[in-house]
Amino acid sequence: MKNYRYVARSTAIAARALGDETMVMSATDSTLFTLNEVASVIWAAADGVTPLDEIVAKKICTQFDIAPEVALKDAETLVEGLAGHGLLLLSDQPLVQPPSSRGEAL
Amino acid sequence: MPGVTAVMQSSSVVVAIGGLPIRLRCDNPDFVRMIEERYAGFVSSSDSAGFDFEIELAPPGTLSRDEDVRVTWNSGRWLMERGDFRAEWNPSTARGHIRQTITPYSLDSVLRIVHTLLLAREGGFLLHASSAIRNGRAFLFSGVSGAGKTTMARLAPPDAALLTDEISYVTRREGRYVAVGTPFFGELARVGENLHAPIEALYLLAKGPENKIEPITGTDAVRGLLENILFFARDPEFVKLVFDTACDFAARVPVRRLTFVPNASVWELIV
Repeated sequence: MKNYRYVARSTAIAARALGDETMVMSATDSTLFTLNEVASVIWAAADGVTPLDEIVAKKICTQFDIAPEVALKDAETLVEGLAGHGLLLLSDQPLVQPPSSRGEAL
Repeated sequence: MPGVTAVMQSSSVVVAIGGLPIRLRCDNPDFVRMIEERYAGFVSSSDSAGFDFEIELAPPGTLSRDEDVRVTWNSGRWLMERGDFRAEWNPSTARGHIRQTITPYSLDSVLRIVHTLLLAREGGFLLHASSAIRNGRAFLFSGVSGAGKTTMARLAPPDAALLTDEISYVTRREGRYVAVGTPFFGELARVGENLHAPIEALYLLAKGPENKIEPITGTDAVRGLLENILFFARDPEFVKLVFDTACDFAARVPVRRLTFVPNASVWELIV
């Protein structure tokens, strides 16, 4: 049983949408990830205040031919995997993003 | 005191790579002469410099290369460490200190790191790539060790000016990506020419049974580029800068796969 409802992009990442895909780089260990079209939609919608099941219902099931229960299960697998790499934050409460840690480094 | 002035002049040298002059001071004139010879073509005739590094030579045998590079940001300074050197650099004062062995390889590594940090802020980077200028345009040939960087440099025709066979210097000037010659060399053991030109294309190298060029776009282009950018600092702000630059570069400069037979015929495609 999952213990989260909200997903938010970490601030310790760099990301860029390129066509239908999204590249995400961990700013802590430089690991690079490429998200496919469906994962990119979830990534873009992970604002910390929209529940994951709502993202799936409104953004995935309306754009892609996939059953809601299957889509939600796949989405949970995805966000838990990305959270495991520190790219997403998961919470049972809405998430507010902290400001960037430092402005000038060089 | 003319004598003192003469000593001071003999213990420093300004090395300008990519137009960024860095003064290197050391109380060992033999080592300064070694630097002048190692970076021939990149030693500035002007005494002015944007950055100043004091080099302290460690006694032989006290440092070893058997460690990975670590670059960290701490209390307003960059710390750069490997077995054979320990350096720190304060960007706000433009001053730094290097403790290293007497070989030029340690200094070479420190300079590469410093330039990656400086370039990141300006939208540039150092790339594992050979590069050359032909017909006023620069071509980059990138890949891991053994991919063919030095081979491409060695096969370059007489009308191509070699910028480097190992580490390419990419910077932005007037809204364009430009390749600049560097003294950082690989197997060819030859300092690059101190020239620059707008980048026409980046080729990701692969050896194969025939010469062919295929376009690489989107995430594949960015990934191919990022895999070859020199990336020392595990600092979140730095990582974001480099990532954004790689995405921008891949959107503006053609990235292609160059499969090639290692003979001079491959350069017939590079025009």
